[in-house]
Amino acid sequence: MRELTCIVCPNGCSLQVNQDVGPWSITGNLCPRGIEFALKELTNPTRTVCSTARTSFAAARRLPVRTRGEVPLVRVRSVMSEISRLVVDREVRMGDTLIENVAGTGIAVIATADLADLIEGEDCDGRPIRSSD
Amino acid sequence: MTVRNVDIAVLGAGPAGMAAALAAAGGGADTVLIERENHLGGILKQCVHDGFGLLRFGEKLSGPEYAGRFVHMVREAGLAVLTSTFVAAARHDSEESVLMLVDRSGVTELHAKAVVLATGCRERSARQVMIQGTRPAGVMTAGAAQYYVNVLGYLPTTRCVILGSGDIGLIMARRLTLEGAEVLGVFEAKSTPSGLSRNVAQCLDDFGIQLHLSRTVTRIFGDDRVEAVETAAVDEKMRPIAGTEERLTCDGVILSVGLIPENEVGEALGVPMDPVTKGPVMDQNGQTQVSGVFVCGNAAHVNDLVDYVTESGERAGAAAAAFVAGRRTHRLLPLMADSTVLLYAVPQFVDMDAPESGAVVYFRSGEELGVTVVEVTAGGETVARHRYQHLRPPEMERLEIDLNRIPVSAGSLNIGVESAAAAEMTS
Ligand SMILES: Cc1cc2nc3c(=O)[nH]c(=O)nc-3n(C[C@H](O)[C@H](O)[C@H](O)COP(=O)(O)OP(=O)(O)OC[C@H]3O[C@@H](n4cnc5c(N)ncnc54)[C@H](O)[C@@H]3O)c2cc1C
Ligand code: SF4
Repeated sequence: MRELTCIVCPNGCSLQVNQDVGPWSITGNLCPRGIEFALKELTNPTRTVCSTARTSFAAARRLPVRTRGEVPLVRVRSVMSEISRLVVDREVRMGDTLIENVAGTGIAVIATADLADLIEGEDCDGRPIRSSD
Repeated sequence: MTVRNVDIAVLGAGPAGMAAALAAAGGGADTVLIERENHLGGILKQCVHDGFGLLRFGEKLSGPEYAGRFVHMVREAGLAVLTSTFVAAARHDSEESVLMLVDRSGVTELHAKAVVLATGCRERSARQVMIQGTRPAGVMTAGAAQYYVNVLGYLPTTRCVILGSGDIGLIMARRLTLEGAEVLGVFEAKSTPSGLSRNVAQCLDDFGIQLHLSRTVTRIFGDDRVEAVETAAVDEKMRPIAGTEERLTCDGVILSVGLIPENEVGEALGVPMDPVTKGPVMDQNGQTQVSGVFVCGNAAHVNDLVDYVTESGERAGAAAAAFVAGRRTHRLLPLMADSTVLLYAVPQFVDMDAPESGAVVYFRSGEELGVTVVEVTAGGETVARHRYQHLRPPEMERLEIDLNRIPVSAGSLNIGVESAAAAEMTS
């Protein structure tokens, strides 16, 4: 019997997986995604990696990034080290691809913010984006 | 000094404020969104991890992505936005609120027919936790550590302990580990974690970080910089147990010991607060006890899901627009939470004269419970009930009620756990 916490949604169901006899039995899930999660978790657990990348813009030192999909849990460290070597030198937008195939996982790393929005004083500098008067 | 008049001033441009401003402007009101920081987005700007927006967008977005979608909507709607603008003083007169706004160009006296407070929450700090010893550099809140790492790109510790098991602490345990720091463990004085179980699983278990329950940091050593901490087991009354002390060498202590709604401006406007939620007393649309002053998001009570924050912002914004469009009557029934099982339930009052018949109640249980049926009763009738697989204090639950089902004779609403006998019969 294995106890797992489903991390697919905020409910965080505790799943009981019985692998002793015959087909695995999974209980405790409030929805079918829990079954899918448990099967994957016990064979090839995967995670989305979220981090930040260095930029060449002094005004926005870090750009938030993540893997577009999930990568094998065992590859998380290699994904992190490839992200840590990245330097963003153009004004990328939310969703833009930064690395096509990170650490050979076949998964892309994307920007999760518009770089222009992070730059201090970009829209503002005391001025409103658009004033009503 | 300039004087300016608006229908609605929304304070704070996190997810709550952006949703409120969009709804208020959508309701036809002349609205201005005011933010003290340089950029829109609130705390989500530094929450680079994913898990946001599952209910709202059906996707697991990172914090900046969730915020970004609303920033784009704010721009498309052409909302009036004032960033880098502080509220230096505020007062409420009978018909309006007056805010003294300070920005780089000077002072503006803003007269608003309605105000929506969306100022978020702040973290409990070192001063609010009882630890012996000095306060050297290296003691910081989890949110501050998150800001250093994710925004400034600098690692504030190489070897640390985390005190408290709130979600931000769990998220930072993983984040610091991934960035190469060593996290020696998470110490929680209570016997159950304060954060969501999914965060214990994906932030601690994935990286083999130990969660020490019923154990706390009792002492911090070091003059200029943290050199070590002493941890000890605690009894049920949270008193350290002699003989269980252990010394750990580290250069950082990260605090994740709770969040408190931020309501400085609300207080200046004379808004009465609830001592339990630490947010304003309000109705289902965020109307506080000061007419025309509304509240939403984490300023109202600490939420764990941003999706609910957005929902509350939309309701408060729409209600503010309706308030400006024309006055109506109110009939308030108190919502009383059974404090033997529930930590709290909000709103504190339900306005029976509200135009929409649907109202949402949010609550937290006081302890971990298995299968539980929660019901709302009024005038001897059950007006809503829901069966939960489990209830845990870290997980806020949501329950919808239909005002049409509340008997006219009812003088209050009560929320609590259905009695075992009744549960037996209906299950
Ligand atoms: C570290 C962390 C991790 C989280 N993780 C998750 C998660 O995994 N999933 C999830 O769904 N939710 C998560 N949440 C919750 C979610 O992010 C918050 O509930 C949500 O951001 C709160 O929104 P808000 O608009 O109420 O407040 P905030 O986002 O805090 O925004 C408040 C804004 O008001 C501004 N402000 C304050 N006072 C004033 C003033 N006097 N004048 C002008 N402006 C002012 C502030 O600068 C800020 O921009 C997390 C929260 C934190 C802190
Ligand atoms: S089993 Fe379904 S409901 Fe439960 S945590 Fe997983 S996804 Fe959520």
